[in-house]
Amino acid sequence: MSAAEEVVAEGHEAVEAVPKRAMTLGTGTSLVVVVLLLIVPLFTKNFIIFQMTMLLIYGLAVLALNILTGGSGQFSLGQSAFYAIGAYISAVLMEQFNVNYALTLPISGVLCFGVGFLFGKPALRLSGVYLALATFALATAMPQLLKLNFLEQWTGGVQGLVVTKPDAPFGLKMSQDMWLYYFTLAVTLAIYIFSVNLLRSRSGRAFMAIRDNEIAASAMGVDVALYKTLAFGISAGITGVAGGLGAIAVQFVAPDSYTITLAISLFLGMVVGGVGWLPGSFVGAAFIIFVPNIAESISKGLSGAVFGVLLFLVIFLVPHGARQIAIVGQQLIGKLRKT
Amino acid sequence: MTQAQLAQGTAPLLAVRDVSVVFGGIVALNGVTFDMHKGQILGLIGPNGAGKTTLFNCLSRLYQPSSGDILMEGVSILSRPPHRIAEIGIGRTFQNVALFPNLSVMDNVRVGTHARTSSDIISDSLKLAWVRRSEASVNRKAKELLAYLDLEDVAHTVVAGLPFGTQKRVELARALAADPKILLLDEPAGGLNHEEVHVLGDLIRRIRDDRHMTVLLVEHHMGLVMSIADHVVALNFGKKLAEGTPAQVQANPDVIKAYLGSKDQ
Repeated sequence: MSAAEEVVAEGHEAVEAVPKRAMTLGTGTSLVVVVLLLIVPLFTKNFIIFQMTMLLIYGLAVLALNILTGGSGQFSLGQSAFYAIGAYISAVLMEQFNVNYALTLPISGVLCFGVGFLFGKPALRLSGVYLALATFALATAMPQLLKLNFLEQWTGGVQGLVVTKPDAPFGLKMSQDMWLYYFTLAVTLAIYIFSVNLLRSRSGRAFMAIRDNEIAASAMGVDVALYKTLAFGISAGITGVAGGLGAIAVQFVAPDSYTITLAISLFLGMVVGGVGWLPGSFVGAAFIIFVPNIAESISKGLSGAVFGVLLFLVIFLVPHGARQIAIVGQQLIGKLRKT
Repeated sequence: MTQAQLAQGTAPLLAVRDVSVVFGGIVALNGVTFDMHKGQILGLIGPNGAGKTTLFNCLSRLYQPSSGDILMEGVSILSRPPHRIAEIGIGRTFQNVALFPNLSVMDNVRVGTHARTSSDIISDSLKLAWVRRSEASVNRKAKELLAYLDLEDVAHTVVAGLPFGTQKRVELARALAADPKILLLDEPAGGLNHEEVHVLGDLIRRIRDDRHMTVLLVEHHMGLVMSIADHVVALNFGKKLAEGTPAQVQANPDVIKAYLGSKDQ
């Protein structure tokens, strides 16, 4: 059993006492979170709104990895590649072909689904750390592939592409940042709801059955190869949409923005958020966006070391990530209600 | 007269025809032939290494026989991949229980309905009306099975922490969720104590009677096989040694020799 599989298994054991909806948040908590997400930007500066937008975008990318690893039990250190493809497709369509930014996202999603599905086919023969290595190779190759000469007329080569930030439509009096935030929030909520539905459905059960026991899943009629590749496709598709949103928010795409570091950050975000716990994806995203800044404010020269120490603390104190905190919180509330 | 004897005249539900399996130079199964009739509990016995599990794995399509054929209702199953066995009505349990440990009891049983339902990722994500209807019937079915096997109290418990005996019942419920015509049980008595084996025997018989199931029981535990099987096939060194009623097989000198060793050894 590999390390992350253990994380998955242990995480679920910890959930034992909690009702089966534990993969998501309760209705009440969800409503509070959504209301907060809707209201907070009205009272904050543009820079904070931009950071919240990035949190949602990275949260989507971590969510996509969570479906793959927490759901179907497959590893990926190559999510940055799908993110890059999504970002470039959106950027190229917007800047070279004048396609509306909102329309580029479904195109990025569908094309990345295809790439992920096809990549999943040969990857079927690999599992555990070997699969992680294969996806690692994809992530390493991607920045160089984006610099290829014959693509340069569209991609802008090493220079990358500048993307125009969209204005708020319908004459809304709203800053570009705020509009983009609400647009991203709508896309994120939609994808989050679809993902929750998916994991609770027949397909989602097939993913989790494969994660837990492939032979038994197959004896129950689950086409293991099909569902494994589908999980790769779905994960890549959502990551592609996140990449597209990221390109629009950052207003710039360049090959070196999408290196293996991004893939590792996303992996880190998943572990910190709790493998298999979808809301944790956004907590994990907050960790990978804000904790490096916090580390830098503690010590400029040793920010990397401080980040490492903070990461160690998280691993030792809450090995199952944000999900563990949520479960403890839920139990406390339960106890308070009883007394 | 047993149901099996009544069914003798009709075509077999499952026919194993001259099946041989060779691994490298080792002959694991050598020309094994027998029939299973509707409503029968067929016990497949034999000492360690006799080929029971090999035959079982051929039936569940994990192994491909080197020669011979296996027919389900007259049609060969050998061109089917393992995941397309459940849909023709062959359900199975595993030797040391192979549940989905991180899923709840209910979800384990729901996975059991996979072969009998259909869906696609888009309809599932959007929770379309037909998906909701299909899920409702899956839930009804799962609840019915949990009640039938007395698992309602643990319905939402994660399987990993449950006692072994309970896990075996969950596995039976999961196999039954696919509405199999034949239930393949791989050493169901393994790891159970005397009392539990007795209860299991009653349960298997009850499942056969209530749900009109045909059961293939691959088993080490002679007591269990002899008390509930209608028909017994004994294997040794990959060959069929004897076949008949439990009493006939028990009295067969070759079977006694295989199990106890001959006098002159």
